[in-house]
Amino acid sequence: MSEDTAAMGKPTLSPFNIVAGVILLVGGILTILRFTQGLDAVTNLSDYNPWGIWIGFDLLVGVALAAGGFVTSAAVYLFGMKHYHAAVRPAILTGFLGYALVVLALHYDVGRPWRLPYPFIMQRGTTSLLFEVAACVALYLTVLFIEFSPAALEWLGLKRARSIVVKLTILLTIFGVVLSTLHQSSLGALFLIAPSKLHPLWYTPYLPVYFFVTAVIAGLSMVIFESTLSHRFFSHKMDAAHLAEKDTVPLGFGKAAAFVLAGYFIIKVIGISAGNTWHYLATGYGAWYLVEVLGFVALPAFLYAVGVRDKNITLIRWTAAWTVLGIVVNRFNICLVAFNWHLPASERYFPHWMEIGISVFIVTLGIVIYRFIVTRMPVLYEHPDYDAH
Amino acid sequence: METINTLQEFMLHTKNITYVLMVVALLGITGFWLFLTERDDD
Repeated sequence: MSEDTAAMGKPTLSPFNIVAGVILLVGGILTILRFTQGLDAVTNLSDYNPWGIWIGFDLLVGVALAAGGFVTSAAVYLFGMKHYHAAVRPAILTGFLGYALVVLALHYDVGRPWRLPYPFIMQRGTTSLLFEVAACVALYLTVLFIEFSPAALEWLGLKRARSIVVKLTILLTIFGVVLSTLHQSSLGALFLIAPSKLHPLWYTPYLPVYFFVTAVIAGLSMVIFESTLSHRFFSHKMDAAHLAEKDTVPLGFGKAAAFVLAGYFIIKVIGISAGNTWHYLATGYGAWYLVEVLGFVALPAFLYAVGVRDKNITLIRWTAAWTVLGIVVNRFNICLVAFNWHLPASERYFPHWMEIGISVFIVTLGIVIYRFIVTRMPVLYEHPDYDAH
Repeated sequence: METINTLQEFMLHTKNITYVLMVVALLGITGFWLFLTERDDD
């Protein structure tokens, strides 16, 4: 394609390439340190704080933000909203890369990563929530890989294989919704085992419900956010159908996000009421909780609604970015800030700079792979030789 | 606030408030939906 030659004509030493190259180089060195010197050399993890930002950010945030895949494919293939069809492949790709990087991050976090398959062959209890999460993430990563494969097969010219995979679309979408519902909620349920460690404002029996609902919000917002960046940086790769969705996707997904956020705000208040934890709102933790609930739930619900009413795409896009940040704040609060809240300050966890470095490395790796794929495969445009499925 | 000594008292107290909140929430979400979709036909 002419765009390919144009893209290839770009200077190799672009600012993006230099910054990404430096991050990947430093990340590579940190990776060697992690796997040769062990967790203690590169992390501040301890017996009190066995889960740091590799779980709080890379895993919990990564899984939530990757929910755009199942949300979009369910909207298009199960609920028949075909006018969002062009958003499916970028959302599936984002989801697939998100989950793949979650699994990669787990290799860093788990002390003996070669034992990651153990839940399937060694464990004794299928009632374990960790087993459910492991099983669902492994299965859903496979589902996302197959769901994305038509784009790769079109790129490789494998028409017969592509036609077989396309026939599985509805089945894979149903699998995706079921598996996502199971493990998104189970990630929240993991914290139900620690009622004495998690601050009462964040601890509630509704945690699994909260995690699932916030995953839907994260998925909707992430599709808008990712679509904004794609239109900004890859518009030359888009066909007419994708360019036409520049406004329809933010309007439709923003409306859905506004309503789900409003519902989430209500069940958060109900959670406080059912737990009778009102008095904690007057404490320092309460102030931070109010920042989360009012600033990152109620405010974006209102801003999304105003954006949809006024058809203000810019406002919707900024709100999507704010909501994505809110998901990060929520997962950090549950996994790090409000966790072990009773411990003295000297025992509290703060990530080592090398932990942050590995997380930045993994995110950068995801962006580089995303760019590699969308500049080559038919993700932001329909391949001219194939009908849309 | 009167002292809560038993699970019965706790449930009575929290459900009293929660039921009132649910009525407010149902009215609120209906109003929010109307606010959100008011200009859909434009």
